[in-house]
Amino acid sequence: MNMNTKNYFDEMRIDNKTIRDIYQRYQHWQNQLPIGALERKSAEAELLFRRLGITFAVYGESTGSERLIPFDVVPRIFSASEWNRLERGIKQRVKALNAFLHDIYHEREIIKAGIIGKEQVLGNVLYCQKMQGVDLPNQVYAHIAGIDLVRVAEDDFYVLEDNLRTPSGVSYMLENRKTMMRLFPELFASHAIEPVEHYPQMLFDTLRESAPAGVSDPVIVVMTPGSYNSAYFEHAFLASQMGVELVEGQDLFVHDKKVYMHTTEGAQQVHVIYRRVDDDFLDPLVFRPDSTLGVPGLIDAYCHGNVSLANGVGTGVADDKSTYLFVPDMIKFYLGEEPLLSNVPTWRLSLRDDLKYVLEHLPELVVKEVQGSGGYGMLVGPTSSKKEIEAYKQRILSDPANFIAQPTLALSTCPTLVETGVAPRHVDLRPFVLSGKEVRLVPGGLTRVALSEGSLIVNSSQGGGTKDTWVLEN
Amino acid sequence: MLSRTVENLFWMARHIERAENTARVLDVAHRTSLLPLDIEGTEAYLWYAPLNITGCAAGYERKYGLAKADTVTYYLALDPDNPSSIYTCLKMARENARAVRSAITSEMWEIINATWLELNRVSAQMEYEKFPDFFDWVKDRSHLFRGVTLGTILKDISLSFIKLGTFLERADNTARILDVKYHILLNENDSVGSAADYYQWGSLLKSVSAFEAYRKIYRDVISPLRVAELLILRDDMPRSLHACMNEVESALIDINGSAGKEARRCAGEQHAALHFGRIDDVFTQGLHEYLTDFLGHMDSLGKNIRDAYLSRRDHFDNLPIRRVVQSQQQITT
Repeated sequence: MNMNTKNYFDEMRIDNKTIRDIYQRYQHWQNQLPIGALERKSAEAELLFRRLGITFAVYGESTGSERLIPFDVVPRIFSASEWNRLERGIKQRVKALNAFLHDIYHEREIIKAGIIGKEQVLGNVLYCQKMQGVDLPNQVYAHIAGIDLVRVAEDDFYVLEDNLRTPSGVSYMLENRKTMMRLFPELFASHAIEPVEHYPQMLFDTLRESAPAGVSDPVIVVMTPGSYNSAYFEHAFLASQMGVELVEGQDLFVHDKKVYMHTTEGAQQVHVIYRRVDDDFLDPLVFRPDSTLGVPGLIDAYCHGNVSLANGVGTGVADDKSTYLFVPDMIKFYLGEEPLLSNVPTWRLSLRDDLKYVLEHLPELVVKEVQGSGGYGMLVGPTSSKKEIEAYKQRILSDPANFIAQPTLALSTCPTLVETGVAPRHVDLRPFVLSGKEVRLVPGGLTRVALSEGSLIVNSSQGGGTKDTWVLEN
Repeated sequence: MLSRTVENLFWMARHIERAENTARVLDVAHRTSLLPLDIEGTEAYLWYAPLNITGCAAGYERKYGLAKADTVTYYLALDPDNPSSIYTCLKMARENARAVRSAITSEMWEIINATWLELNRVSAQMEYEKFPDFFDWVKDRSHLFRGVTLGTILKDISLSFIKLGTFLERADNTARILDVKYHILLNENDSVGSAADYYQWGSLLKSVSAFEAYRKIYRDVISPLRVAELLILRDDMPRSLHACMNEVESALIDINGSAGKEARRCAGEQHAALHFGRIDDVFTQGLHEYLTDFLGHMDSLGKNIRDAYLSRRDHFDNLPIRRVVQSQQQITT
């Protein structure tokens, strides 16, 4: 397959001579920069990030190693009308996903209606029996959702996946903006860019609305697995931006089905926990007994409605890559609307015909584990060697139902500063969607960019970088 | 405030103060080593003092044996194996700060983080001649951190715990310097007012930035009694025991909380003893005995603070408002 980037939709250039409208002013500005100016700003940005300690830990490397996520100084730009369309589609999708979660943990109407198989839901390892019949405030399960979008043409966007467990990256969205404003104040003077800085306030409002019934002034905390977690910076960042305590499991305890934190004043009750700890580690009495990150009795307190967890427990069943297939049907079923955003066509390898087709076309396809995340354990056919494909084939055959396959999408490209200058690189977009009494999001999101030429993998764990994402005001 | 948070704030401040104090002690040892030998004694003799003050003698001897200028300097300044080295202290301070990033201001974090990054850069290629500059740098970073802290942090109990860590550590250090140096000095010199005396007492005073203050206050030859008075009882001398206990006591009063009664009592008692103490009585008791007692009290004060605020236990006896819960329905799951 030809990996020449010219075959992809370029978000800045229509052809060698023509710049898309929304990038024209930017390009004009860039053309007037002295040689090496962008590179100098880029080095300055790296220094800023390093000094601020905006780092993440990479799993599998020696403990305590901290790396920067590369930040690209060229912004990605959306027009107001492009964003409006996306925003409606994203909100619709998240509403349907929350309705689905409420339904499967209550009446299971969607199963009764024959739209999704019983086995698909109840047989899913991420389905949480404990949550059956538990009522949550506002019937919201995924308070914070990250919807990964890719673009393949001017008007064609696809949802790549839904992240309903503990989606991360929002701190980069905010820090990228702050850094851009510091490096290029003149760009912000010449462009009307929708602000994103109020995200922490929106998150706080969402969490406050999600408090247990009858609690008007809830005590809210952010719960982190600890300072060695790869996203620790973000946990600390969000806690300080919201002005709430950042707690670890060891700071909390449960008494009489209520959750308290150890403070210098004694015990203080906690009402809402924005937890960045996976379900499995939340409560050693219910989930993994060896977990030292969690709080014994937390789930009991949660199920009794004395504390709210954001996100709720058991949301994984809805963002699983095999459930993903049914999201368009959920939108029709729960909202009675046509989906505004499309899914990527997907083959389920548990189906015989699909499996057969996929095995025959592996070099063209992307294959993922159903429950995988972060770009780990996937096969990108076109960029893999015969040997890698063969090895992956054996993995598929050992448990076909654990995999799905998708066509290799022609991800759009954005101009990006690389060693050879500014060149197109593939990007995706993760907007962060907040659901409380209403669904909210700030314009834009986190744009991730695959820095090596031709690469389609944007995950930070796989060497991807990030960009500031602009939505221009009308 | 979370117990774990204040624990980290407390230790963050202590580690930075300790790094500064170690830099001060080493700086003075370096200056003294430039004096003629007959004033200070042998090299080993001179370089045991910093080891004793920082409580690192045993660890050092295991690794290097006899005290020598370059190895002692390295061990106390940069050795990652030494749990009290400047390197380790600044590393720990950053770990503490990282654990409570949301509780300190971003400016504070940046100072600590930048210090750590810079430390790693300079320590990789440190030449012996550069150490005096390094000690100045450590002191500068500590001053900068203190300034940024006072200039940016909300004046709530987090600041009180930072002060608590700083001044407990400082009191501890001043007491140790005085104790160790005093021993050396008394053994060596009978001739009060000699040149050697001037330099030796002078170096002690310089290590706690008190030389100029001494000249200003006493305008006279340096005498052990006055040095002790300055560093123990004068409350206008920023590194004296009295000044430190002023801060410790007021921090504990600001922190308040029903759990801290014993810590407040203990600090108040020490503070009162310094406030009303007379230097003649200190010498009647014996300076070494007096300082040993003082360090013992500091130790138990530290324990009281830990028990009252830093440890995590179920403080159910002092829950502010505890609603009476009526019959709880068991939900079957």
